[in-house]
Amino acid sequence: MYRETQIVDDNSTASPDVEGDLVINVGPQHPATHGVLHLVITLNGETIKKLDPHLGYIHRSIEKMCESLSFRQFIYVTSKMDYLSSHINNHGCALCVEKGLQIEVPPRAQVIRVLMDELTRLASHQLWWGAMAMDVGALTPFFLAFREREMINDIMEESCGTRLTMNYMVPGGVMDDVHPNFQKRVNEFIKHFKNKIDEYDELVTGNVIFQNRTKNVGYISKEDAISYGMTGPSARGSGVQCDIRKLYPYEVYDKLQFDEIIEAEGDSFARYIVRMKEMRQSLSIVEQLIDNIPAGEFQAKTKAVLKLPKGEFYSRVETARGEFGVYIVSEGGTTPYRIKFRSPGFSNLSALDHMARGGKIGDLVAIMGTLDLVIPDIDR
Amino acid sequence: MTNGDLKIKLPEILPSITFEEGGQWLNINIEPKEWLLFAKNLRNNPDLDFDYLFCLTCVDWRTHLTMVYHLESTQYRHTIVVKSKLDRNKPEIESVSQIWRTTDFHEREVYELFGVNFLNHPDLRLLILPDGWEGKFPLRKDFEDPVNMIKL
Repeated sequence: MYRETQIVDDNSTASPDVEGDLVINVGPQHPATHGVLHLVITLNGETIKKLDPHLGYIHRSIEKMCESLSFRQFIYVTSKMDYLSSHINNHGCALCVEKGLQIEVPPRAQVIRVLMDELTRLASHQLWWGAMAMDVGALTPFFLAFREREMINDIMEESCGTRLTMNYMVPGGVMDDVHPNFQKRVNEFIKHFKNKIDEYDELVTGNVIFQNRTKNVGYISKEDAISYGMTGPSARGSGVQCDIRKLYPYEVYDKLQFDEIIEAEGDSFARYIVRMKEMRQSLSIVEQLIDNIPAGEFQAKTKAVLKLPKGEFYSRVETARGEFGVYIVSEGGTTPYRIKFRSPGFSNLSALDHMARGGKIGDLVAIMGTLDLVIPDIDR
Repeated sequence: MTNGDLKIKLPEILPSITFEEGGQWLNINIEPKEWLLFAKNLRNNPDLDFDYLFCLTCVDWRTHLTMVYHLESTQYRHTIVVKSKLDRNKPEIESVSQIWRTTDFHEREVYELFGVNFLNHPDLRLLILPDGWEGKFPLRKDFEDPVNMIKL
């Protein structure tokens, strides 16, 4: 519920030179929250004393919805959760169903899946980079990021039919073969983006104002990051080794050459650096695979109606924001008995209070920006 | 530790636990009353060191509720699943938010969607659902909402 801005008189906690605490609302409609997130912040002067996220403005109860959808249908709903990693969400669900039915995915489909995942990760990180720079006051990067992201969206549109919520992965492989232009256009993109990523670094990473805004801000230690269940680039900025692609490789990730980027500083700038370096790694993965897509089937033969055996199945994938888990409880029927989506944003957001507490209100957007929150992913 | 080692080690801490066969990871059933003590041991025992709780959820089995905790050790990379049966009419279990901070949010989510009461939780109130929702639990199997729910 929306709370009126108010002055709270609390003599026990206020320092002598401050008259009282100020409670302010950030959101649900606020440019820095990138969606409908509502934060109720208690301030003492400029210092954040408490931060209380209010969620649910885009809660659609996807888990309940999935209980009445078949094992083919429920995958389509999941791309509406983390709409910037929709391929990877679909991938996690497809993997879980395949695990239950023991379906072998053809090599061509595996490579196409990984290619799409990495292109999605690039597009997501590009958008994050633009939005993050915009949050701390630089508007140009936003337009630059969209210029490159548009190329990926065009590639997706050609092969998958849509630009954002793709629904391309199905149990057993991918829905359709890639477009004949796919290889050519991805190669064009690699060539184009290789120079642009240096431009990104030149424009923002080395900027003194940007570094002053993000260094020593929003610190979280390695132990706390693990305890809060943080994953993805946000946790790797604190030195946590948590890349599912490395720890529990799926598809062809174990045959690829790439590094897990880990920075130990734990502040906003470290998280920023992790994502910038990750973009180069993703680009390298795409480069390794694009000219080596094996020929063959793009989908394994599966039954028209899928029935998962009685039991519990769990799959883990690495989205652009962290570890995405799908937990399916099946009773042997055509629909899941219960589904739980472990979304990375939900756990990452729970650490925001810890990171922002004691800091200045002006630094809040620099902390939130590097957490890379996508609100539908949190609310589900 | 391998699953075999864990099967020997874990009953030493709490003899009353039972193991469930099948499934991807080692499944452990536990009484809700003993959960807090067992959780503290899982976290603090240097040989176990389960420091990362990556999934916390609840399943409504119509006759009872089951809490499901997925735990992993970032040092040893072993994973277990802890399950606890709760009474559906009065579901209660100890909160573990002091051990794994991530459960603060996850327990609030389960509290509002399943109605599980987490004892000694520091701040147990609605997280996702709007104010005044108390008393109806959307993810339970008998939940009906003729306005917002479309039956397929």
